[in-house]
Amino acid sequence: MGRYVIRRLLQFIPTVLGTMFLLHYITSLAIQFSGNPVRALFGDRTPPPALLQAITERLGYGDPCLDRKGDPCLWRAAEDGGGLLGSGYELGLFFDRLHGIFFNFDFGINLRQQEVTDLVANAIPFTLKLLVIAIVFEAVVGIAAGVLAGLRGGSFLDYMVKISTVFVISVPIFVLGLVVREFVGVKFGNVLRGQDWIPDLISVGVFSPVFKPDYPLASLIIPGMVLGSVSLATTARLTRTSIMENVRADYVRTAKAKGLTNKRVIGVHTLRNSLIPVITFLGVDIGAAMAGAVVTETIFNVPGIGRLVTMSARTGESSVVIGVVTMLVLVVLLANLLVDILYAVLDPRIRYE
Amino acid sequence: MSDLTSAGTAVGGGPVGAGGPLPDQPATGGRERSASLWADARRQLVRDPVFVLSCLYILAVGSMAAFPKLWTGQDPRDCTTDRSRLSPGGEHVFGTDILGCDYYSHAIYGARPSMIIAIMATGTMIIIGGSLGLLAGYYGGWVDTIISRVMDVFLSLPFLLGAIVFLTVIKRQNEFTIAMVLFLLTWPVIARIIRGSVISSKDLDYVQAAKAVGARNGRVMFRHILPNAIAPMLVYATIVLGSFVAAEATLTYLGVGLQPPAQSWGIMISTHQVYFLEDPWLLLFPCGLLVGTVLSFILMGDALRDALDPKFR
Repeated sequence: MGRYVIRRLLQFIPTVLGTMFLLHYITSLAIQFSGNPVRALFGDRTPPPALLQAITERLGYGDPCLDRKGDPCLWRAAEDGGGLLGSGYELGLFFDRLHGIFFNFDFGINLRQQEVTDLVANAIPFTLKLLVIAIVFEAVVGIAAGVLAGLRGGSFLDYMVKISTVFVISVPIFVLGLVVREFVGVKFGNVLRGQDWIPDLISVGVFSPVFKPDYPLASLIIPGMVLGSVSLATTARLTRTSIMENVRADYVRTAKAKGLTNKRVIGVHTLRNSLIPVITFLGVDIGAAMAGAVVTETIFNVPGIGRLVTMSARTGESSVVIGVVTMLVLVVLLANLLVDILYAVLDPRIRYE
Repeated sequence: MSDLTSAGTAVGGGPVGAGGPLPDQPATGGRERSASLWADARRQLVRDPVFVLSCLYILAVGSMAAFPKLWTGQDPRDCTTDRSRLSPGGEHVFGTDILGCDYYSHAIYGARPSMIIAIMATGTMIIIGGSLGLLAGYYGGWVDTIISRVMDVFLSLPFLLGAIVFLTVIKRQNEFTIAMVLFLLTWPVIARIIRGSVISSKDLDYVQAAKAVGARNGRVMFRHILPNAIAPMLVYATIVLGSFVAAEATLTYLGVGLQPPAQSWGIMISTHQVYFLEDPWLLLFPCGLLVGTVLSFILMGDALRDALDPKFR
């Protein structure tokens, strides 16, 4: 197991560096080809050169390699002439950025000089709540539907699960979100809001078409369910197949032969083994859900990370988009690493050869 | 190809016809028996109503994209605001949109960018991702290590987030750039599929035989190994076409895809979402077309998988 963990860790480092370089190179290319992003601050006015120069320096776009088209900004000419190992070159912008990220936790600043880390810190509680609601919804409903469908293959419920999975896979999440917002949030919500006996928490909070700061948790429930429904289908399908396989297994027959109640055979023996692939999927799915949150948060106006990304993308603030995505990619990569290592710990059959 | 055929019949078992899968049957019986994997698949697919229906739908959408004039004589840019948001019916089958343009012709012309992006991205993905996967799987060693690490790098970007990043920094959002971004983020998936199937077949006896006879690497790769990988690739390509159509609309909706003077289903949905309650058809027509297209591609892919995988027979 030790060898596996070490090899996995050694694989992790080039992947992280490669991903960072990809993001860095894309940003550099964009600046090299479309010009200084600071000009966007001034609109169609022409700023005084000294002011432009000062802001450019402060935002970190002053590196000369950003003027040379196609330069990956890996090395720069050393100022004192000596440089690294006497070659006349020293580490360039890419390594400055890496240093900033890994040692100072610096993911860049937006054009108003707010730290991206601060922007993310303000936004992350909403996204986390949304993700938790989505995953819980997906797990509970998906597993329940999958178990019921798997135990009675060919039944009405089985076909329901089959059809709805194909349907949910083929409806893009933004279409689903829009339709739910208009039908459930606005139309049905308006009916509820017209009744006096329904508490505000339900009518104004849960069935609100957009996020309401007054009901921070209640108004996230429907967006969370929309987000969760994307992978709900896959969860249900996975559980269904897994249950169908395990119900025929020897140990289940043994448990039945011992005279255990059906509830115990299904609930304890079968379910426990069948859930392994499902849990794996749910773990991997967090990364996908994070991307899905971009759409859901935009539709329901939730002030989380996803909306931060779309709003910055729409206004062209690429530094924020890059900073946030770098952070999220690091999180996803770390999560994958942990899952893989955890597997090696849990399952002695997994070896890397 | 003969190896592929015998592998298919060996795994799938002989069909119910008399005589069993003996290879020394006369050629006249060959049509009744399973002729080849592809002939078998074709027979099964033609009988599958789901596949036929989704094929027809895709053909319809494809012809909308290729020859919009076949479907409508009206110009989607012929707008007058005094007929803003007319209900469907009469001269305007889908009604008119907020600017008074004919909505039906907009929907027809809107098929083109989605299909162009999907086909361009899938084509590039198959050619470049496929050849990289082939190289990685065939040569192994350091070639495989480098290509696999690069694949890891691209796979670690979540699809939607990566697309937003690339399209934001590129700042030029047209059909070509969107297709290239979709290709960049998805080529490792097809490369992995090809790599896996190449690795599993490169040590088979017939490949060894071909090498022993003196076939060069290129010939072994393209004539003997690649045909094995075509079936999974075809299935994946069909499904991915659907998800690219959806991705284009999603990116457009988020504001990083195509921009309004262009015509696409994503633009129709995002500009008319606010009028949903008064005039729901403004949203339902483009959504219906979009969902139908994605659904058809996915169902086609499922049917192809069932037909091409001998284990399901």
